[in-house]
Amino acid sequence: MHELGVVFHIIDDLTKLGKENELEKIHSVTLELGEVSGVVPSLLNDAWKWASDKTDLMKGAELIIETLPAVTFCEDCKSEYETVVYGRTCPNCGSSHTYLIKGNEFIIKEIAAT
Amino acid sequence: MDNVRVIEVKRSIFESNDQDAEKLRSELKESKTFLLNLMSSPGSGKTTTLTRTIELLKDKYRIGVMEADIDSDVDARTIASTGVKAIQLHTGGMCHLDADMTRQGIKELGVEDVDFAVLENVGNLVCPAEFDTGSTKNAMILSVPEGHDKPLKYPLMFSICDVVLINKIDVMPYFDFDLEKCKENILMRNPKAEIIPICAKTGQGMEEWANWLSKNIEEAIK
Repeated sequence: MHELGVVFHIIDDLTKLGKENELEKIHSVTLELGEVSGVVPSLLNDAWKWASDKTDLMKGAELIIETLPAVTFCEDCKSEYETVVYGRTCPNCGSSHTYLIKGNEFIIKEIAAT
Repeated sequence: MDNVRVIEVKRSIFESNDQDAEKLRSELKESKTFLLNLMSSPGSGKTTTLTRTIELLKDKYRIGVMEADIDSDVDARTIASTGVKAIQLHTGGMCHLDADMTRQGIKELGVEDVDFAVLENVGNLVCPAEFDTGSTKNAMILSVPEGHDKPLKYPLMFSICDVVLINKIDVMPYFDFDLEKCKENILMRNPKAEIIPICAKTGQGMEEWANWLSKNIEEAIK
């Protein structure tokens, strides 16, 4: 369900962009998706196909998803590590005083259009 | 296809909603309306808590409630029976409300007649956390049967809340629910969160909750 909601937001943004740039057709949309953004790429693709088909501008446009790795920072030992492998506990010093520095992005990177 | 051009967008999909939410927040400040965004899982006791809260505050403030649901108007009817203005917002299958939908609801409610507006968000701990509604404060209800580990599983929800109500504390003896552990898990994600244990059914803790609200409403309407 969440995927459908974000797809509607993408479509709104691109509709606006299409008007601003006087675009006729969007052929592909490239997204940058953080590893821990909580969005499932396959569901996102299904929702995209269903919803974009209902628009003239985006009908049939390919959705290209680029994954961005998630990185967590440890405040105690000042190290960075892979979030997906180690979670919230620092593998270097065992501290739980950590925070995510990247990995929950959800960015429309670029589009190809005519 | 030879004249296809690539347009760099580099824009977060949450960006336009975030901007819209900031705008709504300042509009609400201007009209002296306090908007509470109330979130939780389904069945945690949002509507019961809200009904009790309304009883405690309705003589002091003009209250309006927006009930967000995918379908049905069961909750709006329950709230309307308390005598305050209640409207139903249907999300049409969507898992959350965004700032634009909230603005439409606020308009229907009429800010000039409301000091304290409540948005009862869709029962879900994931999506509502990602979409800023433009509310003055965010609250969530975690009920005892859900378990004290929920802050670990849904960190974003707990990190955006100003206040967390731990509901149904009367049944704590029947569940392996560790209140101290729960508080620790919440504060690890969000050191600024206020935590108020309540039981909406028996009324335990409800006064502290009403005080928290009164303090914040006064701040908004002065």
